[in-house]
This record gives sequence, C-alpha cells and structure tokens, in this order.
Amino acid sequence: MMTRHRLTISYMAFVLHRLSGIGLICFLPFHFLVLGLGLEGEAALDNMLAYTDQPLIKLGEYILVILFSLHLLLGIRVLIIEWMPWPDRADGQGGLRAGWIFAALGIALILGWIFIDGVIA
Amino acid sequence: METLTVQIWRGAETGSFASFSVPKRDNQTVLDVVTEIQQRQDQSISYRFACRVGVCGSCAMTVNGKPRWSCRTHISSLKSSVITIEPLKNMPRIKDLVTDMTGFFDKWGQAGNVFESDKTRQDAPAKVDPSSQQRKAANAAIECINCGVCYAACDVVSWNDEYLGPAALNRAWSLVNDERHTGKQDTLVAAMGAGGCSNCHSQGNCMTACPIGLSPTRSIAGLKKMSLFSLMGKQDG
Ligand code: SF4
Ligand code: SF4
Ligand code: FES
Repeated sequence: MMTRHRLTISYMAFVLHRLSGIGLICFLPFHFLVLGLGLEGEAALDNMLAYTDQPLIKLGEYILVILFSLHLLLGIRVLIIEWMPWPDRADGQGGLRAGWIFAALGIALILGWIFIDGVIA
Repeated sequence: METLTVQIWRGAETGSFASFSVPKRDNQTVLDVVTEIQQRQDQSISYRFACRVGVCGSCAMTVNGKPRWSCRTHISSLKSSVITIEPLKNMPRIKDLVTDMTGFFDKWGQAGNVFESDKTRQDAPAKVDPSSQQRKAANAAIECINCGVCYAACDVVSWNDEYLGPAALNRAWSLVNDERHTGKQDTLVAAMGAGGCSNCHSQGNCMTACPIGLSPTRSIAGLKKMSLFSLMGKQDG
C-alpha cells in the first residue's frame, strides 16, 4: 500500500539520520584527538597515522564518510521540507520529498566509494 | 460463504483480543463489520461512530496496525481476511474501541485554537481575497474534522506527553493565516511554546495517515518559519 510504503521510508530517514548522528558523535572526539596530536609534534602524529593505516581503521573511516554524507544530505532534506515552498498539489504529499531519502543513501554510498578509491588506489 | 476473522480489543489499558467470524461481503467497511458483530454477536462491544460517511470524525480506530476512519476503510482495501481492530494509539483507553480524547482536545485549546474578532454581527462580513497567499495557506489546512488519526500516527506524541500534536498545530496554522483573526500573536505564541511546533521532526507520519490528505507537516513547517521570523522581529514571515 502506498501510504504504508511512504511511512516506512520516512521512518527509515528518521532512523538513519539519528543513527548517523550518533555515529558521528562517537567519532568526532577521536578525530580531534588526531588533530590535537599534530599540534604536539610530528612523532605523536606519525604514530597515530601509522595506527590509522590499519585495514580495520580504514574500514571505520569508510563507514564514517558514508555516515557524514548521509547525515548532511538528510539534514538538507529536512531543511528543505521546512523552508522551501511545498508543491501546490491537492493532497500536499509531494512536499515530503520521500524519494530524496533513496537519493541521499545512493549519494552517500558513492562518496564512500570515491573515498575508498582515493585512499586505497 | 467466505468469512473474515476479526480480532477486536476488549477491555481498557489491560485486556485482550476477542475473535469473531463475519461473512465477507462485496461492499463492506470496517465500521460495517464492527456494527455487524455488535448487532448480531456481542452487544457489549463499545465503539464510536455517527455519520458513517467520513464527515464527523468519531469512528477512528487502529485497523491492522494503522490509524484510520473505520467508516471509510473498505475491507477489500486491507487485502487480508484477518482484521485486527484496536482503539487509537496515544490516547487513554476507556473501553474496547473507545478512547478518552479529552487530552487531545485540550491541546487544541493550548495551541491557541479560539478564533477572536473585533467585529460584531452588525458589521458587514469581511472581504477576504480567496486568491491571496495567506488565504490559500489557511484553506489548505481548514478541512480537518478532529478525528485524531494524525495524532495517533505521530511518534513525537507518543514520546512526549507535552507535545500538542499535528491536529492542534494544523488548526493554529489556519488561524494565524486567517486575516480576520485578531488574536494571531497569541495563537503564534501558544503554537511555538514548550510543547509546540519545534518538537515536530518533519517526517510526515501525520500527513500520510490523514484520511483527507491534509498535511499538518506542512502547516507545522509554516509555523516554525513564522516563529523564527517573529523572533527576528518580522511579524508576517
Ligand atoms: S488533520 Fe486529518 S487526521 Fe488529523 S485530525 Fe484533522 S482530519 Fe483527522
Ligand atoms: S511530521 Fe511532526 S506532527 Fe507529523 S507525525 Fe511527524 S512529528 Fe508528528
Ligand atoms: S462515522 Fe463519521 S467519520 Fe466515520
């Protein structure tokens, strides 16, 4: 049923947005730690960078690129829902821009792939 | 004859489902099914309805997990011969399919829903331009019949008792866009208060559930915008 379908993807966007946000919150302290080590001197930073060269950490970074892109794109969608004019259709459903949720997921995965491509190749 | 298996909630907050068998007919709504059971099988079942044609807004129930008007939900549209009927979510249960809607209606008042005017019956009717942006915004929200379906569909209502909910805020939106309403500022202040529009996550569960296709999400987005502009000192966004 169409309504159920819409409800499900909208809910998916809601959940993805929250989860990607939580993921980012967990990651950011480490990110700042690494940046901070750069200030402390080359050796500390090099140690950390060598550590982050491990495949598992690379995988983590790949996931984080996706989380970040997803969080950004879903956030933009909410801003557009709330700030842009809604299409003047009688049922008013178009303004939800439900299709954009899939677009956001697609773009985030592509960005993740570009990251992997750039880092590994 | 084909039959439907109908599970109806019996009890209040605690209770259980009672199962009934009802003949399947060519033309049959959920309300028809409940009425048939109440008339022919168990007279003690409580439920609400009045108009039977989608006008009064009293017959909403949770049918197969979704809030709907029972009178405008055809059994054939459910595509299932097992039908589960429960009271609306997000409202205290009184008995069987009847909920206590007091909190729901109180919130309409808290959202500043009362129309105020400085005119009397002696004054000529106001001339409102139907093609103005403002009137179009008011009209888009105005057909609500207070059924509570959107309120039952809203996650934020289920998480936050304070939240005024989609229907009350949708009403506030049509009022702040009514150029005859003299209490616009009061309505806006009420609608942007603690339980107000900023709680909404804008994912549109309410609008996908509303049986007339109204969009409280759009109305609430309008209120958010208007409240921000009013904080910045511009009254009309
Ligand atoms: S907005 Fe729609 S679903 Fe909500 S109370 Fe009004 S008519 Fe019912
Ligand atoms: S869009 Fe807002 S009012 Fe509508 S269901 Fe979601 S949180 Fe509730
Ligand atoms: S009985 Fe009036 S809306 Fe369903």
